[in-house]
Amino acid sequence: MEHAHGQQQDIAAPAQGQQHPIGIYLKIWGLLFVLSALSYSVDYFHFQGYLRWFLIIVFMLLKAGLIVAVFMHMMWERLALLYAILVPTLLLMVLLGIGALEADYTFFTRGVFFLKGLL
Amino acid sequence: MTQAQAIQTNPGEPLHLPEGVQGVVADWSSDQRAFKKVPWGKAMMWIFLLSDTFIFSSFLISYMTVRMSTTVPWPNPSEVFALTLFGKHIPLILIAIMTFVLISSSGTMAMAVKFGYEKNKKVTFILLLVTAALGATFVGMQAFEWTKLIVDEGIRPWGNPLGAAQFGAAFFMITGFHGTHVSIGVIFLIIVAIKVRRGDLDHQRPGFLTGRKGNYEIVETMGLYWHFVDLVWVFIFALFYLW
Repeated sequence: MEHAHGQQQDIAAPAQGQQHPIGIYLKIWGLLFVLSALSYSVDYFHFQGYLRWFLIIVFMLLKAGLIVAVFMHMMWERLALLYAILVPTLLLMVLLGIGALEADYTFFTRGVFFLKGLL
Repeated sequence: MTQAQAIQTNPGEPLHLPEGVQGVVADWSSDQRAFKKVPWGKAMMWIFLLSDTFIFSSFLISYMTVRMSTTVPWPNPSEVFALTLFGKHIPLILIAIMTFVLISSSGTMAMAVKFGYEKNKKVTFILLLVTAALGATFVGMQAFEWTKLIVDEGIRPWGNPLGAAQFGAAFFMITGFHGTHVSIGVIFLIIVAIKVRRGDLDHQRPGFLTGRKGNYEIVETMGLYWHFVDLVWVFIFALFYLW
């Protein structure tokens, strides 16, 4: 019993928690401001087409990554927790693909319907 | 003897946890606590946030599906959310300000967690209140935005005069759900701030959210939720407002 208790203490002793210098939070904060300003300028300067898409997605993923990695401390957690959270999230790409296929098909059938109406 | 057994059967010595992929296997195997070095409350908050990720993703993917499949032009968010400030017409400015407000609240929250672990009650309390105030500001601006859209622009969940009918449904559903999350977050930020100020977390005062063992971990768990709300906004901002 004593041994078991000792082990419990070892595993469940996160007393100090996640402590990091304040500088890293301020730097990431600043970086998030810059990235948000860049995202906004994509709209402000009317970038269009693939360039717009590329910039929006890149800035979005960079911001999301910084928030999760630093503000939510994921880069300092053990890999088991990181995988438990991130791998299921990646599965959403399948749903995204299904949604896009479905939307394309619906758009196509609607096009056919309206075309028939014109003839 | 496998790595997992080695962990289980050496209780007296400090734990030698394997790193990398081996660490993943060892942490998950056998009848033991999977998430090491994190309090259970924090692990459970992560699991909750994972489920919330799926909810918001379902909303955003449904929005993508209806927007891609409609044959009617989509209202231009850049114009819908433009404001005239000081006699100048600025596109999407309201949303940009809301974004900066929410990011600022994330910054103050991250620092509140840091000062919490240092047991600096005063600074933690102030930073938590600033975070709550910024969150409330965000919700206030959202209320302004909704009012403008419903009253002035005549946008309804079932249709609007600007274009595709699906615009209203997607907009109210996604931003409404996000705004609810922010509002709940503000309430809990105030509760945690009061607990910090009273010293509940030092004295392990029993009570709501601190029933087990009061310590500054709950500030970090609260922070996870708050950063998640900011994280969701990053995706909404990019996919709904900038598309």
